[in-house]
Formats: sequence, structure tokens, C-alpha cells
Amino acid sequence: MVVRELPEKIGVYVCHCGTNIARTVDCKAVAEYALRLPNVVVARDYQYTCSDPGQEMIRKDIGELGLTRVVVASCSPLMHEPTFRRAVAGAGLNPFLFQMANIREQCSWITEDKELATERAKAIVGAAVMRVTFHEPLEVKKVPVNPDVLIVGGGITGIEAALQIADSGKKVYLVEKEPSIGGYMARFDKTFPTLDCAACILTPKMVSVGQHPNIELLTYSDVTDFSGYVGNFTARIRKRPRYIDEEKCTGCGQCEQKCPLSVPSEFDCGLGKRKAIYRPFPQAVPGTPVIDREHCLYFTKGVCKVCVKFCPKGAIDFEQKEKFVEVPVGSAILATGFDVFDGARIKEYGYGRLPNVITSLEFERLTHASGPTGGNVVLKNGKTPESVAIIHCVGSRDHNYNEYCSRVCCMYSLKTAHLVREKTAGKVYEFYIDMRAFGKGYEEFYKRLLEEDVTFIRGRVAEVTDVSESTSEKGKLVVVAEDTLLGIVRRVPVDMVILSVGLEPRRDALDVAHTFSISRSKDGFFLEKHPKLAPVSTAVDGVFVAGACQGPKDIPDSVAQGAAAAANVLSLIDRKAVELEPAIAVINEASCSGCKICVELCPYHAITYDGERKLAAVNEALCKGCGVCVAACPSSAIEQQNFTNRQLVAEIEAICT
Amino acid sequence: MREQPQRGRNRKLQSQVQFSYYPGCSVEGMNKAYDKATRVVCKALDINLTELTDWNCCGATSYMAINEQRAHLLSARNLALAEKEKKDLVVVCPACLTTLTKTHRYMGEDPKLRRAVNAALGATGMQYQGGARVRHLLEVIVNEVGEGKVKARIKKPLTNLTVAPYYGCQLTRPFGEIDDKEFPTMLDKLLSWLGAKPVNFPLKTKCCGGMLMMTNEDVALGLTRNLLESAKQNGAECIATLCPLCHINLEAYQGNVNKLFGTDFNVPILYFTQLLGLAFGFSRKSLGVDDELTSSKRLLKKTWWLYESCQKR
Repeated sequence: MVVRELPEKIGVYVCHCGTNIARTVDCKAVAEYALRLPNVVVARDYQYTCSDPGQEMIRKDIGELGLTRVVVASCSPLMHEPTFRRAVAGAGLNPFLFQMANIREQCSWITEDKELATERAKAIVGAAVMRVTFHEPLEVKKVPVNPDVLIVGGGITGIEAALQIADSGKKVYLVEKEPSIGGYMARFDKTFPTLDCAACILTPKMVSVGQHPNIELLTYSDVTDFSGYVGNFTARIRKRPRYIDEEKCTGCGQCEQKCPLSVPSEFDCGLGKRKAIYRPFPQAVPGTPVIDREHCLYFTKGVCKVCVKFCPKGAIDFEQKEKFVEVPVGSAILATGFDVFDGARIKEYGYGRLPNVITSLEFERLTHASGPTGGNVVLKNGKTPESVAIIHCVGSRDHNYNEYCSRVCCMYSLKTAHLVREKTAGKVYEFYIDMRAFGKGYEEFYKRLLEEDVTFIRGRVAEVTDVSESTSEKGKLVVVAEDTLLGIVRRVPVDMVILSVGLEPRRDALDVAHTFSISRSKDGFFLEKHPKLAPVSTAVDGVFVAGACQGPKDIPDSVAQGAAAAANVLSLIDRKAVELEPAIAVINEASCSGCKICVELCPYHAITYDGERKLAAVNEALCKGCGVCVAACPSSAIEQQNFTNRQLVAEIEAICT
Repeated sequence: MREQPQRGRNRKLQSQVQFSYYPGCSVEGMNKAYDKATRVVCKALDINLTELTDWNCCGATSYMAINEQRAHLLSARNLALAEKEKKDLVVVCPACLTTLTKTHRYMGEDPKLRRAVNAALGATGMQYQGGARVRHLLEVIVNEVGEGKVKARIKKPLTNLTVAPYYGCQLTRPFGEIDDKEFPTMLDKLLSWLGAKPVNFPLKTKCCGGMLMMTNEDVALGLTRNLLESAKQNGAECIATLCPLCHINLEAYQGNVNKLFGTDFNVPILYFTQLLGLAFGFSRKSLGVDDELTSSKRLLKKTWWLYESCQKR
């Protein structure tokens, strides 16, 4: 065992954590054991070390016994390391001369065997004592925070966050990929469970964003690069050409009316038409149209120019080019939203093959007053359906596709059923697995629908077919499912089938995650820092996530997260400066051979190569202390502060002997 | 326009693909024509099939339900033989495909089963280490041989012949390794290469009645009728099969369907290899086409008459 012959005075505090630790670990015995370890001058066990009296006890010992090192054996450092570091610092000791030994998550919670747990706790405490002997005092550096904020995604989440931040007087850059903000919510007809019109509550907010003096709106744009560190990022934004001068355009809509070319509208899921020069929908913000280069006759055939002729302001500019702007920001909120599940992937449901099988999003456009049918729910032949089946969980709760529950489908399916009943008076069948009505007013809405004469059939649908087996099925779509309440297979003939498609990570979520150096969970959504205690933070300080890009969410939850992310950002800005964790990599220049292996490996782009001196250099603000470079360096020239070789070896040796 | 084969260059590129061939029990008996056509077509496509020496029952259907482990043992013996040959094992019967694939997968996933089966195989000095690859001939032709080579072989395209592509239940299910489980399109693709028109066939993976034809004929005949009816309704002049059992049910029991339901189906049923062979210009006899019960003579005559008259024009 390596024992440094230095007169360190170590205090060890073994926490009971109520009964969390004391139930399986003999805390008194562990404290007695610790007292016999080298350099330990005091060892106590205490019921709640994190409490005020517990912290006071440590501070008192530091003062009275002149402790130079402190070990607390309690919970995970994620839980209370900051607490105890503050306590130690409060008594005048450098907070990094402290080590936490986790005897709860890694010991007492994982066994029922008291004897073994106590032995294990002793080993963990022993290792911490040996390690702390070699700790060095470290300085925490501070960097100023740029108060400007980048928000990516102009759906309801991004809109909410942007307005909250801008209203507090801070500058916001809101980047949206589409020609208009509004996101999915702009395409919805009504919202559950209140059935209020989506546009009526959304468009005023969109207008506020468009007019806000503190919001710089960058639509038809995306972030191509994002670098820097908390408080001091730089975002590179690509502005795709609209071929219209935004300064000159008044949004009068003349060009749209006169454009001779109609193509299927993406906004209407291809059910309606738009022009080659278009705004996705009449309330679009900004009101400036875009020219669709792929279809526009001028771009494809070099003719037409009707829009140029009719534009009263001369705003059409076919020569416009893609532009890049770089903006310095202190923080970023990702609110990039979701994609809907592609119904065609489940072949047995016939989407794309059977004309009257539609998705719920297509239904939203059908039933929308300003949609392609003026709000009439009709079949492909223009007739009103007499019966409609709604299939839940399409692509969700299915190990062939997505295992998770998409959370919104049960409720929007109820809303769909209500709207079908309202507009067609037809028969409605809901095929569900379980009804999940968890939110405020949701269960009541479910009850309401039960009373609205909608037939609920509990059973996952096996297939939708146009092959009839009886005269009542002739010319109909037949939904085949096992009714698990009756225990029989049912064949229900209907005119229209609506697939309640689930929510998925956006197709480009991986690219966005790479750009912002954040992680994704197994299902592909962005990973939050902590599912309960840090739901909108990410592993990258200063980068936050909100809304459905983090996981399926309904509108209330998305808005709440947008506001939560805004609060996090404002709190960061008002701190004015941020502290940087000193557990970072340090390069010993004498040993560095300049091989650049670490430069390539660093996942945070924190290491640069100084060509003149032929040395690698670590940017202290960017380094996250992951240790990859330390392990990879062939000449052992890199050491991580607070995780030095000496500290780790001492810890390992203590456990192994 | 059909691509003209570039003789000299093509020859050079043509390297024979080597496979082990597992015919299975049915093509040795009731479905001889399937085997006949398969061998002729494979030869034409430079697929070199070497019949697996000393192969045995694949362990299909009933045995799996009665004694799973012993069924796996039967299947594994074939896999062990194939593994030694170090060539992909080609099958034509989807039941063989499913059973052999199932044993291959289960032995890979379940160490207990692997030990038990290998202990039994060990009695004859055999072992299965998981190295065999079982493939259906359809997938080999579509993926390995490919469009260019198939088209280059065509002498008498099946112009405008409307075919219902019938996959049956087991080609893609349960594993879905080669195509979509519920709505495959591989056979559709191959048929269109031959100049034929595959029709929309919504029942393409639905049950033909299977073994039920032996135990509850009326129920099975109902299922067969559904297939024939849907094929007719969608404008098919014939049905292409790739499963010996489907083929028997659709063809040999068509008379019984007509008797039971008062229908008058007269739909020729052809193995996909027979259709390939016909398009390649082989004689009806060499492909066993004349062995069938529902004659396709008139249908094929019409198809080629159309083709030839188009050529003349």
C-alpha cells in the first residue's frame, strides 16, 4: 500500500441516510474501521450528514481538529457532492480536498446481506481515504455569459420559450427550417380535451414572435455548426434562399394568386394544392412567400416570371443565394419537435395501397376549416363516410417499430372520434390496446366520448383489407381485430380508416445531436440530463432541450417545457458568469510529442494543436473531463485533474489489498 | 425494350454460383414438376446446384408441435451436412426454409438447445456450429442473379400475362429476413422482369388451407376459394406459386372447390420456376408444365401469340 508520509489529517463521516444505508450497513463499525486507517484523525457516523447539523459537524471538526482532508461516505456524488464541497469550503478548506464514498447506490441498496454490505462499505471508504490523501487543491475558473439565446425550432415549444426570454428583455435568435413558424400545431384543427381551435390560440403567439423587437426570426434556415462552451457559443446558421427580398415584400399575396403552377401542398399532407411560389398557410409568420425551386417554371424551364410581373414592390429576386450568418450566443434551446410515424411501414394496414386508409395528420387537414376540403370529412370519391374506424398505437407500443407509448394518440383519437361524429354523424369504432387518459381533464373527455355513442373495441388490429367475405363487407374496408374483451375475432366493415400514428424522433435528429454534441436515448429522442430533476438540461452545459424532441409530448407538456427551458436560460444569464468544473485534462508539455491522437479523439473538440510549438493544448472551458485523451495518450502526457493516476492507483490499491 | 446480351463480355463476367440444394420431401413426390423446372432454370442462370448428400426430413409442421427438440435435431442434421459443404443451402419449399432457419436461429440463441442437439448429433460424429446459410431460391434469383442476368436469358417474354403472385404463409413469416413480412413484393418484381403483369393480390400471404385439407376439408376449401376468387377479381389469368403445399391445394383441389361452392374456377397454377423456364424458352415438357391438372395451354398460347404479333408490328 502506498502511504504518503505526510501529516495529512483526514476526517471520515459515515452517513446512515436514515435507514437507507444503516439498514444493511453497520455504520458504526465502518466508522471504527476508518479510524484505524492511515492519516485518519476522526471518524464519526451520523444519521443525516447532509442536514445542517451534519454539515456543521464537519465544519466544526475542520476548525477544531485542523482537518486537511474530508471523506463523506453516503450517497452518489451526483446527489450531494456539491453540498459537501460547499460545507468544506465554508470552513476554509479547498473544496477539492474532499472525496465522496458512495455506500448507498453502490452498496446498501444492492444487497440484503448485512455482513457483506458492511465489508463492502469498509472497502469503499478505505479507497476514498487513500485517494483523498493525494488530492490537490484546485481553483474554479469563471467565464462571463453572453445573454443572447439561440432557439432551434419554431413550433409551439420554441415559440413559448422565445416569447418568455424575449419578454424579459433578452435577445433571441429563433431558427426555423420551414418557411413559417407554427410547427405541427398550425396544422391541427382542434385540441384535446377542451376542443378549442388550435389556430385561435396559436396564431396570436406566432404574430407576437414575428413582431417582437427582441426576437430575430430566421425561417427557412438551419444551424449547420455550433461551437464554443457554456456562456460563449457561436452558431453558424444557413439561410436558404427564398428568392424574395424580405425587406421589400409586403406579403400581399398577388404572386401566389397569379402563379400558374400548382403542386401538392406539404402542409396539407399532399391532399391539397399550393403554388410554386407559396406560403404554407394563410396565417404564416413571416408572411413572405418562398419560391419552390424544384417546381418553379422559371427555374425548371427558364420561362414564366408571372410573379415578377405582378409583384407591386419588385421583391422577386431569382438571383438570391444561400447565406451563412454567425451569431454569438450564451445558451441554446433545442425545440426541434418530432416526425409522425410513416403508416406505410405497417403493410397490413394498407396505407398507401387502400385509398381510404388515412393518417390522423391527414384527418387534421381534412377536418380543418381552411384545409383542402374546407373542413368536410370525405372519402376519396367525395362522399361522406357512413362508418369510420380509428386504429390506435400505429407504430407505438410495438416491438417491430417503436416500443414506447406515444402519449398523445389516445387523446387525439378521442378528439378525432368526436369530430367525425360531429361532421358526419357516422358510426365510429375505436380500436385500442389500453386507453391512456392521464392528463388534466383527459379522463373526463374519455367519459364524454363514451357517452357520444362511439364504439370502443379493445384489441390490436391485425389487418385492414378490401377483400370481402360477406355481402355486408362488399365495397368496404374490413378491419380485422381480436376483441380481447369478448375473446372473438371481429371483422368490422367501414368506409374510412384513420391510423393514429405515433410520434418519432425527427429524421435528422442524429445530425442535430452531433451538431450540438448532445446524446440521444435508445429510442432516438434527445437525452435529458436527468429524467426527473433536470428534464430540460443536457450533458452540454448551456444547451437545453424542450418539447417533443426529448420524447412524445402533448401541447400542455410541450409549452411547460418551453417555459422551463426559458427559465433555465434566464437563470444562467442572470448568473452573469459560470464556474467551470476543474476536473479537466492538463497536458504536460514536456512529455507531449505532438502526435495529435487526442485532438482527433476529443468528443468536445476541446483540444487544439499548436503547429508552431508542436504541442496539443486543452481549452479549459470546452473540456468536460471525460478522460478519453488521458487514456489514449501514448506518452502519458495528459493527466486529468482530480482523477490523476496517483489518485486512481491509490484508490484501486486500497480496494485490492 | 429488352437488353440484348453482350455475348463476349457477358461470358467473361459469368461466373457460376455454387450452392448446396435441399429439395425436400414434397418435390420428390407430388411436386416433381417444381424440382424439374428448378433444375432447368438454375442451370440456365448458372446457379450450380449440388444436391446435399444424405439429406433427411426437415422436421417441418407436425413434428415441431409434437416434440420440438427432436424436430430441431432432424433439421440440425441437414444444417450440419450443409455446414460441411461450405456453400449456401438453397431450398424451394418455404416450410423447409422456415424450419431450417428456425433451428439455425434457435440453436444460436439457446445454449441449452444447442448442447442437447449437438450431443445427439455427436452420436454419429456430427456437430452443428451455426455456419450454414439457408436461402430460398426466389431470393437467390432476385438478389444474387439479379435483373440483368434474368432479362438476358429471356427468349419468349410473358408479355401481358396477368399473374397473381402468391407467396403463402411461410416465405417471409415469422422471420421476415428477405422481404416485408406481411406484404412481400419480391415475386412481383421477378414476374415483371419476365414481361408478365403481376396483379394486385391482397391475399398474397394468406392461408391456402395447408394441412387442414386432410383433416377439415370444407374449411380448407373455403380458404382456397378466397384465394382463387381474389385472384380472378383482380384480373389474374393464372397464379404463380413457390410452395409445394399451396400449389397442391390450389391446383388439385380446384375441382372440389367448384363442387362445394358451385363455382367454375379454371385457373392455371404454375410454379414460379416454370414461368421462368417458359420465358427462357424451355419446352413445356422439360418444365413439367403438362403434368398439371388445370391446363395452361390455351393461356400460354394466347400470351405468345400476343407477343409475336407485337414483334411483327
